[in-house]
Amino acid sequence: MALPIRYSLRNALVRWRSTIATVLGIALVVFVFVLLQSLAAGIEKSSGNTGDPRNIMIVRKGSTAESASMIGRQNFQDIRYFPEIALTAKGEPIISADVLVLVNLPRRNHGGEANVLLRGVTPRGMELRPQVNLVAGRWFEPGKREVVVSAKLAKRFANFDVGQSFKSGNATLTVVGWLEGGGSAFDSECWLDADECRSLFERDMYSSFLIHPVDEAAGEKLIARIEGDRRFKLKAEKEVEYYRKQTMTAAPIKWLGNFLAVTMSIGAVFAAMNTMYAAVGSRTREIGTLRVLGFRRRAVIVALLLEGGFLALLGGVLGCAFAFYWNGYTTATMGMETFSEIVFEFSVTPKLVLEGLIFAVTVGLIGTLLPALRAARLPVIAALKSL
Amino acid sequence: MAETIVKIRELTKLYAQGEIQVTALDRIALDIAAGEFLALMGPSGSGKSTLLHIIAGVDRPTSGECLVQGVDVTKLNESELADWRNQNVGFVFQTFNLIPVLTAFENVELPLLLTQLGRAQRRKQVEAALDLVGLADRMHHLPKQLSGGQEQRVAIARALVTDPKLVVADEPTGNLDSHSAHEVLGILQSLSQQAGKTVIMVTHDPKAAAFGSRSIHLEKGELTR
Ligand SMILES: Nc1ncnc2c1ncn2[C@@H]1O[C@H](COP(=O)(O)OP(=O)(O)O)[C@@H](O)[C@H]1O
Ligand SMILES: [Mg+2]
Repeated sequence: MALPIRYSLRNALVRWRSTIATVLGIALVVFVFVLLQSLAAGIEKSSGNTGDPRNIMIVRKGSTAESASMIGRQNFQDIRYFPEIALTAKGEPIISADVLVLVNLPRRNHGGEANVLLRGVTPRGMELRPQVNLVAGRWFEPGKREVVVSAKLAKRFANFDVGQSFKSGNATLTVVGWLEGGGSAFDSECWLDADECRSLFERDMYSSFLIHPVDEAAGEKLIARIEGDRRFKLKAEKEVEYYRKQTMTAAPIKWLGNFLAVTMSIGAVFAAMNTMYAAVGSRTREIGTLRVLGFRRRAVIVALLLEGGFLALLGGVLGCAFAFYWNGYTTATMGMETFSEIVFEFSVTPKLVLEGLIFAVTVGLIGTLLPALRAARLPVIAALKSL
Repeated sequence: MAETIVKIRELTKLYAQGEIQVTALDRIALDIAAGEFLALMGPSGSGKSTLLHIIAGVDRPTSGECLVQGVDVTKLNESELADWRNQNVGFVFQTFNLIPVLTAFENVELPLLLTQLGRAQRRKQVEAALDLVGLADRMHHLPKQLSGGQEQRVAIARALVTDPKLVVADEPTGNLDSHSAHEVLGILQSLSQQAGKTVIMVTHDPKAAAFGSRSIHLEKGELTR
């Protein structure tokens, strides 16, 4: 038969002065773990949300980033009338030839300069990326030096408010609106008219083609056809596939999160162990009394594990609460391939919270195990006599 | 003559203290009748607690037998002994040994949690036991909110709540002022005289022993009278 749960809970709370350090220690471990994983989750979300499973993305073979890819005009003429490409109601092939330009712009509040990705995009390209929405102002007009910037970048860069202008080289662009990419990679881009972009930045080449094929089979055929034709030197794959590969950047953060969690948790286990040894030491006679009353060793072990687990859970909740404070907070990193500013949000998912709590309780239980066993191993009479 | 509830023969307890061997109990023979209030006296280190602990099933002798209600407690294994203690013995300690985080009610309820009794029945018995020691109005107080005398009375209620035949008390008044001691001794006395319980009390205070129906003396592990 078990001791009442309130026995464990009250014991965990009543000694809060001596347990607070352990609780905070576990909170710190869980905080670091959840925060770093939420960072990784945010990065994954930013690329994972990008793309339509039906669309085909084409870049130059061997190019590491869309902005580093260059495709000649002739390729566009060759590919655009392929029968695998779906047509609009007006009979135009649904293919967008985009051009990406990296520009160096000043941050807000004299925060230095950073690269920003400009995407020259066609009307077809905008239709193919329905997750991108206008949240302020209006869209750019073709033939004008107008740009719609990501709302998230707007918070980070100078002159990005609607109505303001910024200069890059000889080009001056006026911000006419803010876009939002629904957590996709497009949240780190600024869009303008494709032709305007090419003429402004004197680009003769394209960066990528985005194609909507007739159907799945046509898409597969198109990929095989482009990959198989040595004339092209192009890489074709599904759009989602392309962005998924760009996600690799989250791996080191995940790894770091796990590494720190594991190393720090070793310390936390010892802290919990220390606390519980002290708890058991100061309650030897109390435990002896329980045994005299007829409670078994097992009941004592369970009660102490519950106590340690509960303490750790408190730490876990605290750590998750600290981490949750950053939930949705937008931050940025430098893209590994583009060296441009990539924005993303800390994303504290329910799964991460659950993992954090389980992690905390595990740390608490491991730390409590030895002290609990020691307490239970003591013969009744020895426990009674101790002072 | 009432039936014999405790029958002890040739009971010996040796402790090895390093190289030397200490004889805490030396071939004790003792009969205790049901309903007796026995005062177990003797100087410090004479073996009183050791004897009490063996009778109550928390310690084991080196040799000899100790029958309580016909059961040789020296032959029970650990878990049998735990159940036996829960059902047959009530404990009162010098240091009260209440659980600090539990209220008076919860402390008294503890031994009943090991029985099959339902919540309502437990409540009834706990309230009756606390009533008997005059603390029905302190049910929801924590030990630290009670005086020493009150704590010891709660401890007595906890010892009584399972309605055991035997109540053992090791220097129950050792930490109490004389007024509280008097109250506690009165309760123990009435347990034997009115409730028919067998009470064994260790004390070295003759005034306390005077509450008992009989006194026996231990000296260096041997009964002298
Ligand atoms: N765990 C132990 N190890 C060694 N000696 C012990 C132990 N417990 C008691 N003793 C010895 O046994 C003798 C009797 O002890 P105890 O029964 O506690 O005496 P009392 O209760 O009469 O003061 C003492 O000499 C004491 O030192
Ligand atoms: Mg003693």
